[in-house]
Amino acid sequence: MEKDRYEMRFGGSGGQGVITAAVIMAEAAGVYDGYHVCQTQSYGPQSRGGNSKAELVISRREIDYPKVIKMDCLLAMNQAALDDYFYDFEPNGLLVVDATFVEQTPTSRTISLPFTAMARELGKELVANIIAVGAVARLCGKVSLESVEKAVIARVPAKFRELNEQALIAGIKAAEEVDLDRLPRSIPLEDVYGDPTG
Amino acid sequence: MVEHAAKVRHDFLRHDMQFPHVWCPGCGLGIVLGALIRATADLDIPQDELVLASGIGCTGRMPAYVDFNTLHTTHGRSLTFATGIKLANPGLTVLTVMGDGDATAIGGNHFIHAARRNLNMTAIIVNNRIYGMTGGQYSPTTPYGDKATTAMYGNIEHAFNIAELAVTAGASFVARGTVHHVPQLDTLIKKGIRKKGFAVIEVISNCHTYYGRQNNMPDPVAHQLWMKENAVSVGKAAKMSAEEMAGKFSIGVLADVDKPFYSEEYAKIRQRACDEVAPDVDEAEIKCEPDRSDEFISGSR
Amino acid sequence: MDNSLDVNKKYLLQGNQAIVEGALAAGCRFYAGYPITPSSEIAEEMSLKLPRLGGTFIQMEDELAAMGAIIGASLAGVKSLTATSGPGFSLMQENLGFACMTEVPVVVVNVMRGGPSTGMPTSPAQADVMQARWGTHGDHAVIVMAVSSVSDAYEITIHAFNLSEKYRVPVILLADEIVGHTREAITLPPNKKMEVFNRITPSVPPEWYEPYEDNSRGVPPMAAMGSGYRHHVTGLMHDSKGYPCFRPDVVKAFHKRMYRKLAGGAGDIQMTKSYMLDDAEVAVITFGAVSRSAVRAVKMAREQGIKAGFLQLVTLFPFPKTVVDSLLRQCRAALVPEMNMGQIVREVRAVNNQAVIKQLNRFDGLMITPNQIFEKLMNM
Repeated sequence: MEKDRYEMRFGGSGGQGVITAAVIMAEAAGVYDGYHVCQTQSYGPQSRGGNSKAELVISRREIDYPKVIKMDCLLAMNQAALDDYFYDFEPNGLLVVDATFVEQTPTSRTISLPFTAMARELGKELVANIIAVGAVARLCGKVSLESVEKAVIARVPAKFRELNEQALIAGIKAAEEVDLDRLPRSIPLEDVYGDPTG
Repeated sequence: MVEHAAKVRHDFLRHDMQFPHVWCPGCGLGIVLGALIRATADLDIPQDELVLASGIGCTGRMPAYVDFNTLHTTHGRSLTFATGIKLANPGLTVLTVMGDGDATAIGGNHFIHAARRNLNMTAIIVNNRIYGMTGGQYSPTTPYGDKATTAMYGNIEHAFNIAELAVTAGASFVARGTVHHVPQLDTLIKKGIRKKGFAVIEVISNCHTYYGRQNNMPDPVAHQLWMKENAVSVGKAAKMSAEEMAGKFSIGVLADVDKPFYSEEYAKIRQRACDEVAPDVDEAEIKCEPDRSDEFISGSR
Repeated sequence: MDNSLDVNKKYLLQGNQAIVEGALAAGCRFYAGYPITPSSEIAEEMSLKLPRLGGTFIQMEDELAAMGAIIGASLAGVKSLTATSGPGFSLMQENLGFACMTEVPVVVVNVMRGGPSTGMPTSPAQADVMQARWGTHGDHAVIVMAVSSVSDAYEITIHAFNLSEKYRVPVILLADEIVGHTREAITLPPNKKMEVFNRITPSVPPEWYEPYEDNSRGVPPMAAMGSGYRHHVTGLMHDSKGYPCFRPDVVKAFHKRMYRKLAGGAGDIQMTKSYMLDDAEVAVITFGAVSRSAVRAVKMAREQGIKAGFLQLVTLFPFPKTVVDSLLRQCRAALVPEMNMGQIVREVRAVNNQAVIKQLNRFDGLMITPNQIFEKLMNM
């Protein structure tokens, strides 16, 4: 089937803000950029700790199946999330990890940025997810950065607005230094066998 | 006392094929029904604005005979239905009648929470110390050692003190009366209805058919005498020692406190919701409607 | 129509929030509930919005109480909602039966999760279908509907209230954890403004009013408590005046009327949605969140040259027999995927036991994927 959707998965432990990150991206793409979006999540009963996963599908067309079929982008905020959610990737997909907590990556095609360490420098570890949103938004290029900013402002309390804006900018800047063209490329299945569904 | 008792009965009881009632001859429930209609008639509340709800059991059958807005709900749940009615239309005067099993066994949770919330309504609990309609099984108020059809060797559970339970749970007004002290019962029910807040009136009644037959009091007169001999006024009871009070019970007003009741507090919530912008909402999102409770009947309470 | 959100502005809403917006638009002004995952957002949102609209929210001590309170509010003339999940829905069955017996319009949302018992609070399932239909004891008439997406949740909730008011019957709205928690960007109302029904109230003088009197529709007018039409409401079997009555002819007439009123309204009660069914040779029949996998699977099958089509059952009960029957006659085979061990498939088989009807079941807390349905379709 023709790929008509961009599929993202955000994973981390409960409390790292991956669901908020996905909601912000969904709001930016859906409310401000006018895409169809579908944001789902799966989590354990606990509010803190445990694996937490959020998925986001973005499309120009109405979205049927609401969850990820073949992932175009994975943001892993810690090692456990990376280990658990690193599967069903599209060839040449985008893998972004928080270098603060991820020690080993399954592929050389990984973008490691220390989101949590950067957040600590800004004075609040809590904004690591917003830094990650900035980086992922910039790297995937599917949503406009202005929309992401609007969505961030709409979601955070007014007194933390400045801090979150700083975090977002820090994430975008960090991503700007990554050269996507220099990432190693995947061998898509089609290269070897042709389209398996064809 | 009401001057034209016969007229009150005529106006307040339903005429269409509801009589004779289901209760045994000599049952205290008829006396409670009489007290209830005298109290409401005396308070001059229009019948259209009165709601009488009940649960299941002998007491549960009471609403069908009364010409109010009446509701015969499921076992133990009458207070939950009454809560919905009262909050949907605060102008209505809402009364519930329950038995001891209905109110404190299957409906015990609803009872304590209705008291805690301090809803502006009145709960009359007729305590005959047994499950009558189902055939004389022991209830939460069956005294220790007494017999019941499910306690043939004697009851080993300890009885609830309903009125004290209501006080502890936070009811604004709590009273206890009996079907022997009838003029006092009329007054207590009237006070309860007039009270702004959750009012509980425990009425000690008789089930000579089931409780009595199993515990050597098979006729209603024995019960009446028992009430006469063992009821002590609240004031007198306060001066008596625990030993002196053994086997006796107090009657009168046990608690009467003033505190904000639920619909009064909720009206403030509506105002606050319109005044304050909730943190995660755009101002543009909020559309306020005026408090619509004015459109409903504003009762005499 | 009262919307608490701006019309024509785009919002990112969860399914649970859309249910709230739908309920408010339908005129719901009373909510009673008890917290339970994955339905709690409905209560939270209601507690925020109802007081602004002059309505009332109350958190009760349990689901038995929540169900009782919404029936009470509806008897007092206010449209009412409660929402819960499996364990709470089990507790509501007792008073749900009361609403059936006394013909009180209420809407009960069950955001289904994995069961039985406490099961999997944060995982989806569709295993309460039969409980929704037959959960309360005794023969009874009830409408069961299921939603599949955020915009669906809004529209079908309004429809649920409409049917409940129109037929004086409780409507059970089944969502599942997926629909409840999925966020989508939508405008409200999604298409056109939707019509809103209100219950018919009596027009005769109070002394003539019989609250359960039969008429051509089988749906008697309903007077609110306090409106001057004093009458008795009981969970006991009752006559047309509402008084307890066990006379065999009265009992029989009551049950017949219960079924007649819904059968008579089948045309607007039984809602389905279809996709590529015109020339379909194989059909996927499903409901709720799985519908979305089914649509994709049908697209995939069509690309492979298979004439597949899809029927979404929006109304599960009364089961849309006529639509399903003609579809089973048209197609050489049908597939019924559902996230349980096979519940709605029984109803499909009951319509036509000669047809080839395959089932696809998933009960591990995960959603049925388009690929699973596609693979089944390829082998049919």
